[in-house]
Amino acid sequence: MTPPINEIWVYLSASPLLGLTITLLAYQAAFWLYRRSGMNPLANPVLIAVTILVLFLTLTATSYETYFAGAQFVHFLLGPATVALAIPLYTQFRRVRSLLLPVLAGLVAGSLTAALSAIAVARLFGASLPTQLSLAPKSVTTPIAMGIAERIGGIPSLTAVLVIVTGILGAVGARYIFDAMQIRDPAIRGFAIGVAAHGIGTARAFQISEQAGAFAALAMGLNGALTALLLPLVLGWLG
Amino acid sequence: MIAALTQLLVMQLLGEVVAHWLALPVPGPVLGMLFLFVALVLRGGPDAELQATSGNLLQHLSLLFVPAGVGIMVHLHRVADEWLPLLLSLLISTAATLVVTALVMKLFMRAPATSGDTP
Repeated sequence: MTPPINEIWVYLSASPLLGLTITLLAYQAAFWLYRRSGMNPLANPVLIAVTILVLFLTLTATSYETYFAGAQFVHFLLGPATVALAIPLYTQFRRVRSLLLPVLAGLVAGSLTAALSAIAVARLFGASLPTQLSLAPKSVTTPIAMGIAERIGGIPSLTAVLVIVTGILGAVGARYIFDAMQIRDPAIRGFAIGVAAHGIGTARAFQISEQAGAFAALAMGLNGALTALLLPLVLGWLG
Repeated sequence: MIAALTQLLVMQLLGEVVAHWLALPVPGPVLGMLFLFVALVLRGGPDAELQATSGNLLQHLSLLFVPAGVGIMVHLHRVADEWLPLLLSLLISTAATLVVTALVMKLFMRAPATSGDTP
């Protein structure tokens, strides 16, 4: 005798296998659509996969906690993937070294713009102070951003979500902005997308060219370190 | 693949240890990236296995952000309360950051830009 379907569901929904499998399935579907669109930035695979998963979890009344018990195995790979960014960086090192001054100038200008303009716009439109402070590190890669938010009085878990949304916005919008500015150099495009949109921007850059990806990875690492050092000081001066 | 994955994890572990030990504001994986970079310079480049494994990992970097992105579920009510300032802040600030970074880099760059693929 076969067990009724709801018993199978009760068993599956309690096991990490389901969260892991639906994450991979949703991403495969999203990536297929992204490919079909000719890698159009509007068909961002993170955005599509997250939308599919949120709908699925809401419809099946599954909690994020239960889902994450399985999805954490994918999430964990962010660590070794970040380490692996050293390889494209090494491959592109000669070009990086020849552009040291533009890279450092772009980094400082971009890092300050990211944090201060986020706070200024949020304040202008009446966001609460904890929300403003949660927004400040939004362009920095998730683990650094959450640490910064905690230190300056933001809400770390809200920051984590804002970081992902920022990454998606940057990955979706960058091409149109650079095209309008007539900027074609893959080093500039990659670096700017890495400063503004951290790992999701870097992922987008890698899908296009190794040089853009290497500069994005460099920007992500440098912007994370600089924002962590600078933001608490700058906010202290501003009061 | 296993040897390459082991190298990546060892570098990450080293990064975590040093970051906690010296109480640095930089997370372990970012330090691990720096350590692996130094190792590559000393060694004169990655071996074929490390190259292939990290290529695979980085090609689907966007997959790794999906679990954290689904976390928006938990914050839907807070996001709904302040959605207008949040949305405007993220849109304007992300666009401003892209524009400012690219402009400043271009300004400091004297050599003519090389052409290539576009992200």
